[in-house]
Amino acid sequence: MVMPQIKEVVDVPGAQEADNAVVARGISKTYGSVEALKNLTLEFPRGQLTSLLGPSGCGKTTLLKIIAGLLQPTAGEVEVNGKPVTGPGSDRAFVFQDFALLPWANVLRNAAFGLELRGVAKSEREAIAEKYIAEVGLKGFEKAYPHELSGGMRQRVGLARALAVDADVLLMDEPFSAVDEQTRRKFQEDLLNLVKHENKTFIFVTHSIEEAVYVSDQIAILLPRPSRVSEIIRPADLRHKNVDNIRRDPEYLDIVDSIWASLRSYVE
Amino acid sequence: MIVFGYRLPAMSSLILWALVWEIVGRLGLTFFVPPLSEVVVTLFSVIGTAPFLKALSETAQAFAAGVLAAVLIGIPVGILMGKSRLVDELLLPWVNMFLSAPLTALVPVLMVLFGFGMKSIIITTTLFAIWIIILNARAGVLQINRSLVEMARCYGANPFQAFYKIYFWAALPEILGGVRIGVIRAVKGVIIGQLLISIVGFGALFELYANNFLMAHFWAVLIVLFAMAFTVSELLAYLERRVSYYAASR
Repeated sequence: MVMPQIKEVVDVPGAQEADNAVVARGISKTYGSVEALKNLTLEFPRGQLTSLLGPSGCGKTTLLKIIAGLLQPTAGEVEVNGKPVTGPGSDRAFVFQDFALLPWANVLRNAAFGLELRGVAKSEREAIAEKYIAEVGLKGFEKAYPHELSGGMRQRVGLARALAVDADVLLMDEPFSAVDEQTRRKFQEDLLNLVKHENKTFIFVTHSIEEAVYVSDQIAILLPRPSRVSEIIRPADLRHKNVDNIRRDPEYLDIVDSIWASLRSYVE
Repeated sequence: MIVFGYRLPAMSSLILWALVWEIVGRLGLTFFVPPLSEVVVTLFSVIGTAPFLKALSETAQAFAAGVLAAVLIGIPVGILMGKSRLVDELLLPWVNMFLSAPLTALVPVLMVLFGFGMKSIIITTTLFAIWIIILNARAGVLQINRSLVEMARCYGANPFQAFYKIYFWAALPEILGGVRIGVIRAVKGVIIGQLLISIVGFGALFELYANNFLMAHFWAVLIVLFAMAFTVSELLAYLERRVSYYAASR
């Protein structure tokens, strides 16, 4: 048990504090003798998309699951909207790498499943789900089953389910890694639109440098051995540019290059 | 099956074996095998008689009660074992032991414990069926995709909801497979019970016919029994195929 304490000293300027939807403070996580995370502190500004980027084994998914409340940190704490995280909560929704859809349920029920678990009445939750199914571009597929859909469409169902519960924070664990390249590009564009219009905080785990630079407001680069945040990059100017031109923007290319320069020594 | 370019209907091999049976029976090699035609004629003469119907209802009752108990206890226990390390460690050695144990040897113990009546027969039937049902339900739960479990937690499922909205359905293909094999084993169980515990039902008929060398009657009842077990098993196999579309994509 951690006794409640009043922490006067926070090692970041206080002015930013109010704008953070999620704060991770001094997070450590050990599995036996293996240190997955060591004293990691990171802030996630409200309404923005923060990427966790790093080589495999740097603990980025572990951090995401700690924020989700699926894992307990060995030390440190996570706050969401100022409240400490003790387990999964309705203020966060998760998008899974392998979609995690119910194979025996159709798209409509899958998208409404988060609401179903909360006891929302059938007609109400299906109306909400239908709205988000349309929003992610799956209108007309409500009665289809996951095995009848492509990987990209399944992930859109996973996204609709996460949006339907109307959580403040969307946690995305390599959501586009199991879909093909062209679908992924479309997804990334759609994600930028979502960030712009949904007014939610996105936390996005990826191993793709290009993807991180393309979609992020803030990129936290995590390095292994020992796991830590080595650098925070804010490609702020890119966010005001036309999405069609980002990939040939010199600034985009510079950031991609510099991230690769700092990561390459950790890649076998 | 395709022979010489002709597609044969399903189970046409049975016609061949029926023919072999008939020929062996006609040759009169052994009293043990009367011709199939004689068995079939006997079958229809026996099937409406009072002793047969009595045996059928006694056997069906014991069988249904035994299987029902095996399913109602076996599936939750199996799911619980799959979800809880502690329960699993406690029960798994016993389940494995009873699965491979010669249960027939236990029947005299059951008779001492539960008497010579219907109760012992039902318990014997349950004992034959339940272990494979438990093991399959456990295996079904163990292979549930980890992210489905995490999804349930993330979106706030309580343990009860996780159980009946996710674990049961995700393990259903394996559970049905277990029930199907369990039902087949239960047929053995009910007949062994009726032979060893109290001579009732089909067990009594087998005993009666075998002791009086009424082989045509003996085979006729065996065919009826086999047909019933086969029907139940096929019904479950059909249900299994209904859910198999998602077995590969969980």
